[in-house]
Amino acid sequence: MSGFDWIVPVILTIITAATPLVFASLGELVTEKSGVLNLGVEGMMLIGAVSGFMTATVSGSYILAIIVAAVAGGIMAFLFGILTLSLMANQVATGLALTLFGVGLSALMGQAFVGQPVPPLPQLDIAGLSDLPYIGPILFAQDALVYLSFVMVALVSWFLYKSKSGLILRAVGDSHDAAHSIGYSVIGIRYLAVIFGGAMSGIGGAYLSLAYTPMWAENMTAGRGWIALALIVFATWKPGLVLVGAYMFGGITILQLHAQAAGLNVPSQILSMLPYLATVIVLVLISKDQSRIRKHAPACIGKIFHPAA
Amino acid sequence: MLLKIEKRSEYSRAMVYVTPLLALVLTMLSSIVLFHILGVDPVDALVNFFVAPLNSAYGRSELFVKATPLILCAIGLSVGFRANVWNIGAEGQLTIGAITGSALFIYFPDTDSIFLLPAMIILGAVGGAAWAAIPAYFKTRFNANEILTSLMLVYVALLLLSLLIHGPWRDPAGYNFPESQTFSDSATMPILVSGTRLHFGTLLALLAVLGTWIMMARTLIGFQIKVIGAAPTAGGYAGFSQKKIVWFSLLFGGAMSGIAGISEVSGPIGQLLPSISPGYGFTAIIVAFLGRLHPVGIFFAGLLMALTYLGGETAQINLGLPVAVTGVFQGMILFYLLACDVLVHYRFRLNTARKAAL
Amino acid sequence: MMLKQLSAVIGTAAIVGSLLIGGAAAADEKAKVGFIYVGPVGDFGYTHRHDVGRQDMQKALNDKVETGFVESVKEGPDAERVIRKMASEGYKLIFTTSFGFMNPTLKVAKQFPDVKFEHATGYKRADNVATYSARFYEGRYVVGKIAGKMTKTNVIGYVGSFPIPEVVRGINAATLAARSVNPDVVVKVAWVNSWYDPGREGDAAKALIDQGADVILQHTDSAAPMQVAESRGVWAVGQASDMAKFAPNWQLTAIIDDWGGYYIERTNAMLDGTWKSEDTWGGFKSGMVKLAPYNKKLPEEVVKLAEDTRKGIEDGSIQPFAGPFNKQDGSVGAAEGTALDDGTLLGMNWYVEGIEGNLPK
Repeated sequence: MSGFDWIVPVILTIITAATPLVFASLGELVTEKSGVLNLGVEGMMLIGAVSGFMTATVSGSYILAIIVAAVAGGIMAFLFGILTLSLMANQVATGLALTLFGVGLSALMGQAFVGQPVPPLPQLDIAGLSDLPYIGPILFAQDALVYLSFVMVALVSWFLYKSKSGLILRAVGDSHDAAHSIGYSVIGIRYLAVIFGGAMSGIGGAYLSLAYTPMWAENMTAGRGWIALALIVFATWKPGLVLVGAYMFGGITILQLHAQAAGLNVPSQILSMLPYLATVIVLVLISKDQSRIRKHAPACIGKIFHPAA
Repeated sequence: MLLKIEKRSEYSRAMVYVTPLLALVLTMLSSIVLFHILGVDPVDALVNFFVAPLNSAYGRSELFVKATPLILCAIGLSVGFRANVWNIGAEGQLTIGAITGSALFIYFPDTDSIFLLPAMIILGAVGGAAWAAIPAYFKTRFNANEILTSLMLVYVALLLLSLLIHGPWRDPAGYNFPESQTFSDSATMPILVSGTRLHFGTLLALLAVLGTWIMMARTLIGFQIKVIGAAPTAGGYAGFSQKKIVWFSLLFGGAMSGIAGISEVSGPIGQLLPSISPGYGFTAIIVAFLGRLHPVGIFFAGLLMALTYLGGETAQINLGLPVAVTGVFQGMILFYLLACDVLVHYRFRLNTARKAAL
Repeated sequence: MMLKQLSAVIGTAAIVGSLLIGGAAAADEKAKVGFIYVGPVGDFGYTHRHDVGRQDMQKALNDKVETGFVESVKEGPDAERVIRKMASEGYKLIFTTSFGFMNPTLKVAKQFPDVKFEHATGYKRADNVATYSARFYEGRYVVGKIAGKMTKTNVIGYVGSFPIPEVVRGINAATLAARSVNPDVVVKVAWVNSWYDPGREGDAAKALIDQGADVILQHTDSAAPMQVAESRGVWAVGQASDMAKFAPNWQLTAIIDDWGGYYIERTNAMLDGTWKSEDTWGGFKSGMVKLAPYNKKLPEEVVKLAEDTRKGIEDGSIQPFAGPFNKQDGSVGAAEGTALDDGTLLGMNWYVEGIEGNLPK
C-alpha cells in the first residue's frame, strides 16, 4: 500500500466502531441533562441488539428491526423510570440492576438465534458520489444508521440549546425545584428523557447486531455501554463533543490494533489500557476548568425529585 | 393519578421490616409467571433458588464465602455513598488489593512466617486504598468526577493483572499457563470450620460490619460523613472539610475492597488468576443500596445476593435452567426491593386534592 | 456431521434395544454426568462446542445417562463450589472444560474419591482426575498450508486472544506450514485480549486486512472476523464450528472442535468400570479435531495438498513441529531430524521465524 490509501479503510473501521457509542451516549446525555443517571445502558443496548436482530431475522425488514430495537430499549428505560422517578428508588443501584436484568433477559430471548447470520445493514450508494476518491467511500457510502447518528447529534444539539423544550429539559436537570415551582412537570419530562435515552441505546445495540457484527451472541456489547457512559462526561455533556469523543475512542482502539499488526513492541495489555487512561486524563484536564464543567453538567444529576407540596 | 405519594415526616420503622417481606411476596408472585412461561414448576424453582442451597451445613458455609467479598466491598462503598462520594470502582480496587497483597508471596514464596498473611492483608488494604487515592486526588485537586475516574481505573486494573499473570508472575513450573503459583499454607487464609471453605476473610467482613457500625454511629468522622451527605452546606458551616471526607471515603472504600481482593485470592482461590472476581465490586453497589447503606442492612443484603447466585447454580444443576434466568430473576428481586423501599420514607394516599378541585 | 448421524443411529438403536429388553434398563437409575462451562452455551464458540459434545453423548447413551451442566462459571472462587455441588448431587463423572478449573477440580476430587473428573486443557492429574485436550495445532498446520498457497500478498493475519501456549502453538504451526509452501509469507498477529468480543475481533481482522493480509486466521470465539473477511473479500478459516454461514464465499475451511466422541468413550468407560485416569491429547486421528468442507473455489492441487497433509498427520508421517526450523530470534527451534516433544509444545512461549512483532510477555 502506498501513500494515503490506508487511511480510507482505517477511517471506515473507526466509523463502525464509533457509531453504536454515538447513539448510546447521545441518548444517555439527554437523560442526564434532565437530571437522571441511568447506569443501565449496557442492559438496554443488549435488549436493543437482540430484539433488533430477532425482528430482522423474522421479518427481513431493517426499518422495522430498528424501530423494534428502539421500542424495546425504551421499554427497559420506562421500567427504570417507574422505579426511580415514580417510586424514587436510587438511580445508581437501579441502573446496575437494570443491566443485570438486561443481560439475562437478552440471553433468554436470543437463545434460538445464536449462530445465525443476517445480511449486514445495506450501505447507501449515492450514484456518482460514492466513487469519488477518498471522500467517496467515507462520506457517501455508509449505512443509513451512520447518517442517522450524525443527524441525531445535530438534532439533540439543536433541541437542547435552541428549542424551548430543550431549555425546559435543562432547567429540570439543573434545578428541579425551580422548574417545578414554575409549573413544569418534572417527573413527566424526566420520563420522556429517560425513554429517549433507552430508545437510543436500543438503536446503538441494534447497530452492533445488524451492522457492526451482523449476528446475535450473548453479551455481545462487551462493555460498550460503560464506555458510552464515560464518553458523556468526557464530552462535558455536549452532543458535538460526544461525537468527537466516540470517534477518538474508536480511533485509539483501532490504531492500537494496527500498531500490534505492524509489530510494535508494546504489551497488548498496555495498549488496551490507553483509551481508559486517555479518558481519565481528558476528564482531569476538562474538570480543572470549573466554569466549563459547571456550565454543562446537570446540577441535579442522580438526585431524587419529590414535589414538596 | 389517583394515588399520590406523600413524604412521611419521619421514616416508618415498621416499613423498614415490612418492605423486604413485601418485595419477597411480589417476587414469588412474579416468579410463578416467569417460571410458568419457562415451563418449570414455580414451587420447584423457588425451592431450588432459596431453600436447596441452604439445606446442608456446607451450603450454608458457602453462603458466607460468597457473601464475604460482597459485604466487604459494600461496607466500604456505603460510607462514601452516605457522603455523596460515588466510588463505583470497587472492582478495580479489589483487583489491585489482590495484586499488592499477593506480591509479597510471589516474591518471597518460601517465607514460612506467621507474619506473612497479616502483612499480605495489610498490603492488600494499602493497595486498594492507593488505587482509590487516584480518583480522590483528581476529585479534590481537579474536581474530576469520581464516578468516571474510578470506573475507568477498573479496566486499567484488570489489564494490569492480566499483564502480570501472563508475564512475570506466571508459575515458573506451570508450562507458561497464565496463573501464579498456588499459595503456601502460611500465605493462605486459615479455615474457620474444617470441611468447609469458611475462612478468616469472613471474620474480617464481620469485623468491618461491626467497626463501621460503631464508626458511623459513635465517632466524629461518622457524624461528619452523615452531615456532609445530608446537607453539604451545613457541613461547610460546621467547619467540616469536604475534601477530607472525599479522601476518607475513597481511601476507606479502597482499603475494604483491597481486603476483599486479597481475602479472595488467599482464601477460596488460593492463587492469582487472570480473573479473580465475577464483578463483586459492581454487585456490591447494589448490595450497599439494598442494605440501605447501613452496615447491618448490608450484611443481610450481602447474604441475600449471595443466595441468589447459589440458587442460580442449584437451579441450573437440578432444573437445567440457563444462567440467563438467574440474571432475570436477580433483576426482578432487586427491582421489587428497590421499589418497595419507597414505603419507608413515603406513603401512598388517594389523591383527594384533585378530586376536590374537579 | 457424520458423528451426529452416527450418534442418531446409535441413539435409535439404543431405544429399539431397550424396547426389546422391555424397559428394564430404563427403569434403572441413570448415571449422572455433569459439565462445567466457562462461557454461555450460546457463545457459538468454545463452550457451544463442548455443549454440542454433551448433547451428542446424551443422545448416544440416552438410556444410560442423564446429563446436566452449569454455564458461565467464572474461573475463580465459584468454580470449586459448583464442581463440589455437582459431585455431592450424585454426579458420577464431571467434565470441567476450562483451564482455569484445574486446581478447583483437583481440590474437589480429593474430597470425592468415588466421583470421576475430567479436566480439559490442564496438566495436573490424580487417581480420579483425567485430563484431555485437542491438538488443534494439527488443524492449524493444514490450514497454514492452504493459507500459504492462497495468499497473494504473502501476508497472513492472525487474530489472537491471549498469548498463552495454546494460542502461540497454533500461530507457530500455521506459520511453519505456510512458509513450508511459500517462504515469503509473513504472519501478523493482533491480540484482542479477550476470548470473546465480536466487535474487537472484527476490528482486529479489519486492521490486519488493512495492513495487507489476505488470509485471516483466528483464535477467538466469535464469527465476527469471518464476516469481516466475507465483506472485504479475503480468505478466512472458521474457528470451533463450521462458520460457512458467516462467510459463504470466503471460508477456506474451518477447524472444528468435536468432543462428542471423547465424551461418549469416557462415559462408556465410566459405566463399564474401565475408566482410568490418563491424559488424552487427541488430534485428527481421534476425531477431536476435524476440518469443515473445503471451499469449492480452492484449486484441486491445494485441496490435495491439504488432504495429504491431514492424512500425513493422521498416520504420523507428518509432524507439524518437525525440524529444521528456527525461532524468531534466529536460534534453532528444532534441528533436522528431530521434532518437538509434547512437553515443549505444552509450554510453548516463543515465536517461530516468519512472525512479525514480539510475543507479549
